[in-house]
Order: sequence, then structure tokens, then C-alpha cells
Amino acid sequence: MSLSNEEIERYGRQMILPNIGRPGQLAIKQASVLVVGTGGLGAPVAMYLACAGIGTLGLVDHDTVAVSNIHRQVIHTEDSVGVPKTTSARKALEKANSHVRYVEHNLLLDASNALATLRPYDVIVDCTDNVPTRYLLNDACVLLGKPLVSGSALRFDGQLTVYHYRNGPCYRCLFPTPPPPETVTNCDDGGVLGPVTGMLGSLQALEVLKMVALGESAFAGRMLLVDGLAGAFRTVKLRGRQKECAVCGDAPTIKELVDYVQFCGARPDDKTKPVKMIPANERITVRDLHARLNAVPTTTAAASATAAADSTTKAASISSSATTDGTTTAANSTTVTNVPTTSSAAAPAATSTADRSPSPVVLLDVRAPVQFGIAHLPNSINVPWRDLPSRLDEVRALAPNGTSLVVLCRRGNDSQRAVAKLREEGIECVDVIGGLEAWSADVDPEFPRY
Amino acid sequence: MVSLELRFSGGMELLFGGTKAVTVDVPLKAGAATMRDLLPWMRDHLLKERPELFMDGDSVRPGILVLINDADWELEGDLEYALKASDEIVFISTLHGG
Repeated sequence: MSLSNEEIERYGRQMILPNIGRPGQLAIKQASVLVVGTGGLGAPVAMYLACAGIGTLGLVDHDTVAVSNIHRQVIHTEDSVGVPKTTSARKALEKANSHVRYVEHNLLLDASNALATLRPYDVIVDCTDNVPTRYLLNDACVLLGKPLVSGSALRFDGQLTVYHYRNGPCYRCLFPTPPPPETVTNCDDGGVLGPVTGMLGSLQALEVLKMVALGESAFAGRMLLVDGLAGAFRTVKLRGRQKECAVCGDAPTIKELVDYVQFCGARPDDKTKPVKMIPANERITVRDLHARLNAVPTTTAAASATAAADSTTKAASISSSATTDGTTTAANSTTVTNVPTTSSAAAPAATSTADRSPSPVVLLDVRAPVQFGIAHLPNSINVPWRDLPSRLDEVRALAPNGTSLVVLCRRGNDSQRAVAKLREEGIECVDVIGGLEAWSADVDPEFPRY
Repeated sequence: MVSLELRFSGGMELLFGGTKAVTVDVPLKAGAATMRDLLPWMRDHLLKERPELFMDGDSVRPGILVLINDADWELEGDLEYALKASDEIVFISTLHGG
């Protein structure tokens, strides 16, 4: 293998580094690297490795580009929305460096295809977003004898290490037991900032280049912990390979890939799945909610609004302080009755919980305040579900007899937790199936999703 | 009393009222008390919510990495590590996002 004059000119700035030189560049050109996940971490990993002249670059992803990816997944562009991520990434990479051989693996890695997919590559880079796939990649790398360059990011935080390299630990040495699914926060729910994934992905690419060109890494048996908010970087020493590890130990019990979805009790993606915690008769659809809001007699609405001037003003001011453009359509198309403070205003309607009950609706939005601040339904009142236990009296006062307390959140999961809690305390209420995402999908497309 | 610097990151701070670092005087005997004593004390005195997200049995729940003076606690004897004055103990929730 040799380097053309064009290649020498292209890679000159890295080739003149004493540690790299011509031998290092040739090693990079001979290397094959698999980037698993072409998202926030995979974008910079793939771009830096391609531009550095890696010989073969494999790209694994099963997803398509969404507009909510682009703030951090900077390899993808607006005109790629809806396109498979591997294709979108390959096109961007080809523009940057046409010398590299790119291989698209547009698939969801699982126990049936992982070994065949990983086998042709020298180094595997874990840029995935979920626990089952991280265990899958770890076990496949151990079984195939390949190093795994692992990065992860959430909120302002990041973690980086290299597993199964130079007698360092594998993922299972550190974490023999997967975390309980309810303790795992994904980027959809926890949020993440682009430069955080960008920084961790850049560091992963740096380790790959050192491993390929120099045969070493600073992070075998060590882990970098990044706190992007505090600007704090800390490297800690990890345990070595564990003799009793189930996969890389002296007497391994895992000799082939297993069912990682079952092992982790979680799906191999970072999507939040809908849960069903409470009975159907404690739930209403967004269309039911829309109808109920419209069905409230205007007189009742006017009466309670007048009767409850104080609380109305308070509720309205909460709303207007953060309402976005997107909520105005909902305001026009629905009549939301405000919180009555006296039962007299609501008395004529205080008969039952039947579906067509014309009783005034009180909307309790149980999302975190930061999400409420992005957008909310007019006149909805924000009490985060985690705060409910300490704010029960407040909620009781919001919804006296004769009103219907309707609890909603982003997707209809936390609202069920809230309803279960409130009913435990004797507070009658229902939740909205699918939450505000369903409201946006089925009732008011102008209501923003995030 | 033993004075310790406790740090929380990767989301662990959310269980401890948002605190990322705290210096505490723990009513345990330096040199004699171990991590096995510290964890329940933290659960009873510092933890703000959902103890099941911090402890599992007598140790931390799976997915939490504990560091003692910048080293994996497994290298230090994990639960049997004898606490010394000014030890820095970090509790990190592993991240999985990307």
C-alpha cells in the first residue's frame, strides 16, 4: 500500500506529527472502523475518521433523520429529513473525503446479525443510545477479540472509555448487571446539548486514530468524566479485566450472544414507550378532552370565571408568561373554563363523572416547569408530578367538587402516575391518553412538539 | 466523626436535591467505618427521593459507578473500604445516550 501525492498533500498536517508520519498514515489507511450509531456521537466520529483517511468506514443505524436530531447530529442536514441516517451520513462523508470506502449497514443490530456485521472491522465505536445495544456490542467485541471505543452523553455530561483493550475491563466487568430500566434516562426525556455529544464523539475519534496509528489509547482501564456545565474534566482509574467476568473472564459463561432486550428489560432504542398503569375508565382521549372543553356551557364558564376572578387571573398569568405562538390556535378553538373557587358556580353541573358531564374542566399539567414553559394549553396549571405529594392541598383547592380534574403531560405516562397518586389521596381525576403529543397529532397541529 | 467530600454526577445529583458536591461530617469512626456504613447513612440523611434508585441490598444499585479518590472503588475493596478523613467519594450514574 502506498500514498499518492494527493493523499500526502491532504493528510500532510497530521503526517508531520512525529508520532504519525508515513507509517501512521499508512496504518490509518489500512484500518477499518465500524461506527455504530450515526447520531450525536457518531456524527463527529465518522466525520473526523473519514477526513483522517481511514481505509474503510462502516456506518450502522436503523433510523431515519428527524428534524429534532439536527441540533446535535451535525452530519445530517435539513434535506435529509426522512432519509436513512446511514445514507445521509455517507453522502456528507463522501463530499468531505472520496478516498474512503464507506459501507452502509442500515439495520438494527441484534444477536442475530451483530457478529457478522462487526467481524470485518478492526475497531468498533459505540455511539449508540441505549443499554441493550451497549451490552450487545460489548459481548460481540469480546467474542470477536476487538476493542470497543465507548462514548455516551446526556444533558451536559459525558463519559468516555475503551473497553476490552490492553487488559482493561469490558463493559460487563464494570456493570455485570444492567441498570433497572426506570433509572435510565434517554436524550428524548433528559435532553442533551450538541457540543457535549460533539466533544465526546471527537474524543472517541481521537482514541481510534491513536489505537490505529500508534497501537495505544489513553482510556484503556480509565474513564473520562465530563461535566460540561461546570467545565470539569476528570479521568479516573478503572478496575482491570475481572477474572470472574461472565464474558471476558477466565471461565466465561457467555460464549455466544444472548437476548439483550430480555437481559436489560428494555428496548434497543431511545424512544420512550407508552405505559398503561391505570384502568381505561380513568383515562380520556384528546378528542374527549376537546369535546369536554367545548361542551362547557358558556354561562357556567362565565360565571365561574367571574366567581373565581382571583384564581383566574393567577392561572392566566402563569399561562401568558410562557405561552408560545403555537398555543393561540388552541385558545381560539376551545373554551377552557377557569378554576372556580366556590362550589356555587359549578353546582348546577356537579352531578356525575359521566362522559358528557358539563362540569367545568380544570387542566393540571404535570410536566417539568421547563417543558411547561416551552408550550402549554391555555389556562392549564402546572404542578410537576414529582411535586404532587407535597402539594396535595393546592391541587385539592384547584378542583373542588363539581369540577372535572384532567391531568395531562407530554406523552400520557407521567399523567398516569399523577392520577394514581391523586386517586390514592381521594382526589377524583382522569388523565389524557397520549398527552400533549396526541393533542398536537389529533386536535391541534399548531401545538408544538419538542 | 469523619469528614468526607461527596460528589454526584451523571444524574445522581437529582436524587440528592441537585447537589453536585457536599462536604459532610459523618458520625462514623475514621479508620473503622467502611463504605458499608456510609451508604445507609447517606440514604437516611442525604437522599432526597426514591431510595431504590440509590441502593440495592447493601450496595449501590446496578449502573452506579463509585469512585474513591479518583479510583474505581472495586480497586479499594468496595464495601469494605475503610473511610479516612478527607476522602473524596464520587457517585456516578452511567450514561447511555448518544
